[in-house]
Amino acid sequence: MEFFLVNLIDGLVYGLLLFMLSAGLTLIFSMMGVLNFAHASFYMLGAYFAYEISTYMGFWMGLLLAPVIVGIAGAGVERYGLRRVHQYGHVPELIFTFGLAFLIEEFVKFIWGNNLVPYREPAILDFALFSIGNNNIAAYKVFMIFVSISIFLSLLYILTRTRVGMVIQAALSYPRTVENLGHNVPMVFMGVFGVGTALAGLAGVIAGPQLSTFPGMAILLGSIVFVTIVIGGLGSLWGALVASLLIGWMTTFAASSSFQFADILLALGLEKPVEMSESALRDLWTLTLPQIGPILPYMLMVFILVVRPYGLFGKRDS
Amino acid sequence: MSDSTQNSTVRPTGVSFSMVLPWLIAGAFLLVMPFVFTSNSAITIMNQMAITIIFALSYNMLLGQAGMLSFGHAVYMGVGGFMCVHIMNYVEDYSIPLPLPLLPLFGGLFGLGLATIIGSFSTRRAGTVFAMISLGIGELIAACSIIIVAFFGGEEGISGDRTMSLPFFGNEFLQQIDVYYLISFWVMLSALLMYLFSRTPIGRMANAVRDNPERAEFLGYSARWVRYYSFCAAGFFAGIAGGLFAISYEFLTAENLGLLLSGEILLITFMGGVGFFFGPIIGAIVFTLLQTVLSLQTELWQLYVGGLFVATVMFFPGGLAGVLMMHVPAFRLGNAKMLIVPYIKTLIPAAIGILAASGFVEIMFYSRHAPVGEAEMVLFWTDIDTSSMIPWSVTIGLALICFWITKRNAPDLVETWHRANAIDGGDA
Amino acid sequence: MRKSLKLGLGATLALTVSASSLFAENIKIAFIEPLSGFMASTGNSGLHQYEFAAEKLVNANGGVLDGDMIEIVAFDNKLSGKEALVQLQVAIDQGIRFIAQGNSSGIAHAILDAINKHNKRNPDDLVLFLNYSAVDPALTNDKCSFWHFRFDANADFKMDALTDVIAQNNDLSKVYVIGQDYSFGKAVAAGAVRDLAAKRPEIEIVGNELHPIGKVKDFTPYARKIIASNADAVITGNWGSDMVGLGKAVLESGFDGPIYTFYASADGITATFGEKGKGSLRVVSVDALNPNTSDRAAEYATAYKAKYPEGDLSQPRITNVVEMLAKAINEVGSATDIVAIANAFEGMEHDSIWGGKIVMRPEDHQAIQNMYILSHTDDDVAFDYDNSGYGLLVENTVEMAGADSTTTCEMKRP
Repeated sequence: MEFFLVNLIDGLVYGLLLFMLSAGLTLIFSMMGVLNFAHASFYMLGAYFAYEISTYMGFWMGLLLAPVIVGIAGAGVERYGLRRVHQYGHVPELIFTFGLAFLIEEFVKFIWGNNLVPYREPAILDFALFSIGNNNIAAYKVFMIFVSISIFLSLLYILTRTRVGMVIQAALSYPRTVENLGHNVPMVFMGVFGVGTALAGLAGVIAGPQLSTFPGMAILLGSIVFVTIVIGGLGSLWGALVASLLIGWMTTFAASSSFQFADILLALGLEKPVEMSESALRDLWTLTLPQIGPILPYMLMVFILVVRPYGLFGKRDS
Repeated sequence: MSDSTQNSTVRPTGVSFSMVLPWLIAGAFLLVMPFVFTSNSAITIMNQMAITIIFALSYNMLLGQAGMLSFGHAVYMGVGGFMCVHIMNYVEDYSIPLPLPLLPLFGGLFGLGLATIIGSFSTRRAGTVFAMISLGIGELIAACSIIIVAFFGGEEGISGDRTMSLPFFGNEFLQQIDVYYLISFWVMLSALLMYLFSRTPIGRMANAVRDNPERAEFLGYSARWVRYYSFCAAGFFAGIAGGLFAISYEFLTAENLGLLLSGEILLITFMGGVGFFFGPIIGAIVFTLLQTVLSLQTELWQLYVGGLFVATVMFFPGGLAGVLMMHVPAFRLGNAKMLIVPYIKTLIPAAIGILAASGFVEIMFYSRHAPVGEAEMVLFWTDIDTSSMIPWSVTIGLALICFWITKRNAPDLVETWHRANAIDGGDA
Repeated sequence: MRKSLKLGLGATLALTVSASSLFAENIKIAFIEPLSGFMASTGNSGLHQYEFAAEKLVNANGGVLDGDMIEIVAFDNKLSGKEALVQLQVAIDQGIRFIAQGNSSGIAHAILDAINKHNKRNPDDLVLFLNYSAVDPALTNDKCSFWHFRFDANADFKMDALTDVIAQNNDLSKVYVIGQDYSFGKAVAAGAVRDLAAKRPEIEIVGNELHPIGKVKDFTPYARKIIASNADAVITGNWGSDMVGLGKAVLESGFDGPIYTFYASADGITATFGEKGKGSLRVVSVDALNPNTSDRAAEYATAYKAKYPEGDLSQPRITNVVEMLAKAINEVGSATDIVAIANAFEGMEHDSIWGGKIVMRPEDHQAIQNMYILSHTDDDVAFDYDNSGYGLLVENTVEMAGADSTTTCEMKRP
């Protein structure tokens, strides 16, 4: 039970982190119809900017400034890059962000090198808040939960209670009509792209100390963010939340389980071979659930796309 | 994708000399190349190019011709290649009389087999759904390659020996040059088959389905089946590329299945140009050269390739082939000469500017990583001293001046361009 | 532009097996490692260490034979087996006879396989593989080759030394083994189970686990399991970001026992762990910078640090590769008679500048040398890593580790 509770908390932290990334991505998708492949790269930029700022001005200034800088960079990318490519259609747009992801990674390597950078939690949060069983729950994890939930609440507020939110909401369902109503759609696009990337940047700022800051961090998280919003349904904020938590808990519980596939094989009536190296199924006999934990979301995604192509909460596909 | 209509222009049936000519030139080119570049490494690089050409052409059957964006195409090449290495080992162990040149066919068949299975559910929809399923499948099979060691050999992969198969007219394929001719034969054959496929009704319908699936359905074609056939055919040719990879390198590893390779082929195909049949060929040649030759020159080669790619998407969505084909109307109108001077006035400063800017980046990179007390580096075959301000200011100054000239002369080029493409040559 | 590569763009393709390089004065070692991409810093650091060793230990003392210099030529394998083979071909075409590689056993297998085939198909143009870092035991057992020499210890030796130390420590009764799901991670796990059962059967292995390599974003669930198992010690073969992720998660979850690792040092890892890793992190390695054993070693390490203030001597064993190659060439009197040089390597004894002796075992071409268990600390560390103040200090020494081990190698000699 204690172990279950600890996993529940860990899964929540990871799930909410995923949500911060997928929220921005799904917003951008629903506004502009473009899957931003470079989204996780902005997350990486957030971590690196925050690291650089934190060496001069401490963690908290990094937390404040880095997402803003990332958001400005994102808006710039939209204004001077995406908008230009937009006229060619969606596929070139997607390919543009794909190239951008590649370029941002090279940029990061050029500036900060290939090694890990020692970006750490602030000393004030670097202690174990409480422990369940023998397991410490770091104060920083609770802080992460706090930040992501407040982000979710403020997003929800902006989208449902403010005028800007209404425009965005309307654009989700009837983009053409909103344009015809005279709203400055390019400006809204730039704003949404900026805010979406700033959210990714914020995720990077708070995840950097936990999940290490290195040039591979974007690729590591990149495709899973896609999987999240595809499972949740493209364009759906609630879908992104549900899918993020689902994936967070799924990977956490898979990693902490000790389920063995040999049990399934035995249940199927197969006999465990005596000489393992001779058996063609030898890899299945030794396979455990934690071994394949991180690829479970992909299986789920393929399954969902086959049976329900618009995802759990989505209304329209592509 | 407005310029991709080229593929669907109706041409008279029958074979004319002008249609065969490019293939004859390509064949002759392939025959002559090894006499120009004789070293083993050059031949290895050319083999790599040829394999990439088949792979990129096969990818373009999806992206360019049928409008399906795949993030997991490496899987079909990889599985075909793995099967070929396994067959190679069977041939060696049981002395099966199989001549090596037939091996890629088996790779193709296994690629086709996998594509028929995966395609049966992934091609039901196009667009994002197809793209995401291809990403998921790609990730799953790449993960399997590490887990299922019995077949994929884990991270070190599996290796075979091509020389153990039945000698082919006395040739045991000991040297790279023997392999080169084998691969050249397959490149010509596969490219021709893929070209012919694009001329078949299915190939034509793939274009229609790409541009407007609804209208295609009204014509009585099922968009889904058209996508499915294109997908299977692409899987087959990717498998052939995998088989050739197995012959050339005699080993396959998890990286042959990975998302990295899938992304790379997307980059290659797009950079070459998806709208034209020969686009991916250009892309494959240029990228292989960048990867092998540029990477010998600089650690930052990926930065430049990334920059080139993004610039291509932004300014020339038709890719390199699109840029070339843009000039056809001007040539037809006999106005190409008008473009020469404006081109010289813009492109030469632009090229110098880019080289100078990359030189500046190189100096910056070097001086940050250089050992203490060493300041001499070689840049464009010139020894320079990075501790003095001269190289810094020369490169950045040159870059700025050149970009300024380019920017100033660009409107002139655009104007001339319009005149050159006007029917009356702009004289009026 | 990379200094050691001055080939023109066109010249590279046009390379007509550059006959000129055959007559050049320099004896070239092709260094085929990742110089771009994720592992680039490891590759570049190794390159600097090779260049420095060649310059300082051989060339500054008049070179080999009649004043021939050793030159390191860098090739970027981009951490890809395919690219490694292309670059190997370029190196061979340039007339280079000695190939140095070590990062990634997978690529080492690919290169060794290609060199075996090349030497079989081109008996007049032989090539030698100097493996300074790839630890897969198979390279000197089932897949051993006359053309391959390993200067690092293999994974089995390392595990043997590690379990010797664990067996002596009576505080440890429960051990958790976790690693990346690929050949090396599996070799570590199998070795730990086998050796602990032989040396102290009462030690309980409370967990034996593999996780996907380079795919885990958050290691916390794995750490929770380790805590829940009440393990006294953790053994892991993880490297790179997987090492940092696992180590941080385990320490943060409240684990305070020793974490025995193979690769938890330098390249940003030492700095990232910092204070947190002190008292827990241990590294098993054939390299020991601290405490310093001789003036010569101290002088060498100081000179390196003066030349590369941002770099680290993360692989001191590279000096052995360069010195032993120079010795073999001098002994044979030729840098082109590859078979004779390989024979000279067999059984060669060498006094390392880092102290201790190295013997190249003739049966399987595996170097036998001292092994150290080092602790991550900031006390008494003269040469730190990542300029962090933290470094590795010798805690235990296993003399001539693996000297009595057996090998399944059946060497085919030319």
